[in-house]
Amino acid sequence: MSLIRAENIRFVYGEGTPFEKVALDDLSFEINEGELIGIIGHTGSGKSTLVQLLNGLLKPTSGKIYLNDKNIWENPKKIRNIRFKVGMVFQYPEYQLFEETVYKDIAFGPKNMGMTDEDIDKAVRSAAGFVGLRDDQLDNSPFDLSGGEKRRAAIAGVIAMDPDVLILDEPAAGLDPLGRDALLSQIVDYHKTRNNTVLLVSHSMEDIARIADRILVMSKGRKYMLDSTRNVFSKGRELETIGLRVPQITKIMMMLRDRGMNVDPTALTVERGFNEIVNYLS
Amino acid sequence: MVSDITLGQYLPGSSFIHRMDARAKILLLITYIVFIFLCSNAISLLLVALFTLFIVLFTRISFMKYLKSMRVILFVVLLTGIINLFYGSGEPLVEWWIFKVTAAGIYNAVYVIVRIALLMMISAALTFTTSPSDLTDAMERLMKPLAIIHLPVHEIAMMMTIALRFIPVLLEETDKIMNAQKARGADLDSGNLINRVRALLPVLIPLFISSFRRAGDLAMAMECRCYNGGNNRTRMKVLHFSSVDLIAAIVSLLVFSSVIVSNIMFKNPFV
Ligand SMILES: Nc1ncnc2c1ncn2[C@@H]1O[C@H](COP(=O)(O)OP(=O)(O)O)[C@@H](O)[C@H]1O
Ligand SMILES: [Mg+2]
Repeated sequence: MSLIRAENIRFVYGEGTPFEKVALDDLSFEINEGELIGIIGHTGSGKSTLVQLLNGLLKPTSGKIYLNDKNIWENPKKIRNIRFKVGMVFQYPEYQLFEETVYKDIAFGPKNMGMTDEDIDKAVRSAAGFVGLRDDQLDNSPFDLSGGEKRRAAIAGVIAMDPDVLILDEPAAGLDPLGRDALLSQIVDYHKTRNNTVLLVSHSMEDIARIADRILVMSKGRKYMLDSTRNVFSKGRELETIGLRVPQITKIMMMLRDRGMNVDPTALTVERGFNEIVNYLS
Repeated sequence: MVSDITLGQYLPGSSFIHRMDARAKILLLITYIVFIFLCSNAISLLLVALFTLFIVLFTRISFMKYLKSMRVILFVVLLTGIINLFYGSGEPLVEWWIFKVTAAGIYNAVYVIVRIALLMMISAALTFTTSPSDLTDAMERLMKPLAIIHLPVHEIAMMMTIALRFIPVLLEETDKIMNAQKARGADLDSGNLINRVRALLPVLIPLFISSFRRAGDLAMAMECRCYNGGNNRTRMKVLHFSSVDLIAAIVSLLVFSSVIVSNIMFKNPFV
């Protein structure tokens, strides 16, 4: 049984106005429990719109979204419960911080869910642990944190709600390479420990290739493909036609192969590529 | 969605009205406002209404846009109309409980609604056909004489330009923050007044903080480009009056004189 199922969803911004814009069209897919899904696509391909539909912040113009085989818009009054189950970290989430202390800010979501103080405390501390915030930072004002720490605090605010599905929209955007790698490995750790479903939106192929089980490729508001990471990147040429770039290492491997070296063209990480080349040469 | 509200939106074009000098448009708008309040009878008002429709046609912008621009204040217009409806003096036509509707009341209600609608329409015609930068530039030039009494005219105009520029940005930002807090379970649209105001804090605080940050960044960027106020500053686009403005001024003067004539010749039946 799939955890999330989208059936022919279509979404139009500003319907009936001169600024009408079809952001998503005829999109169907299924996501299983425990998967780490990467969502990639060119800017404007509808990634952010899609993830906002999945947690009920936007309502599809037509089509249906099922969570655990239940239509999420069956009872619009209960949509808040869907938002608790499908946690959503927006792009540049650091701009949503507002409380006096980091602790209180992370506790905002759990408090809205009606958790007891004891559970809130546990949730806040474990969420802060996942994103690597120190205990003594919890009593600081969120506005005194560095840019990267603010982002972590905001992500912790969603993780603390312990959602079944965690969606992150471009979580690494604007971070330095080290910060980006650290954040992504924390997300992977979280995924492995809690064993829940994670949807990661990104336009960096390198990041997605390293960690995703399957990849949903979006192009112009439509599903271009949804397949295992390996299969998606083996179609490097096709991806380039929709304005996406395969990871550099994959590209090098493809070129080597074209020149007659018998190496695996779908090596997705530099280490794998290195090993492939060493194997071939020896 | 918050950002659906479009205030003072500029629609580029090359109509007669578009080609008028922004200063001429502002001066004529002010005269227009004075005259619409001088209209003391239905015939004068009808004259001004026809004149307005004429201008609206000349902007070559679809009438739907004008109607949409009025949607925002529709409620205020209707409320004012309804209040006027019950405040007429004279013999009641219909009476119910404490409410009574008189002929004068109906007359006043229609009169007020038409007047506000015309004002909205003519202001929309100005903002639709004049880019915000031309508009503030024109205001700065028109207010120049006030610099003698040490009014910081240039600074005021610059603040208006910046404010206009950032309205859409702020609306979009509000939308984003609201969504982010809703995703964390904030309940923004139910509960009583006090709860609702309190529920807005998670939206307002980040909004203020990012506005201050943005203002700081902008000031820094302006200083880096050596901005230092209005003294000896020249313009990239210089406004100038042309024959178009002369024609517009003559036509408006004709209409406004007929308003005065009709005010003298015809009397309002209800005063
Ligand atoms: N609030 C909005 N109002 C109108 N159009 C929007 C809005 N948000 C996004 N769009 C449009 O919808 C399309 C998809 O946008 P988005 O989902 O943000 O893409 P992505 O996240 O892949 O860059 C874009 O063409 C964008 O211009
Ligand atoms: Mg996006």
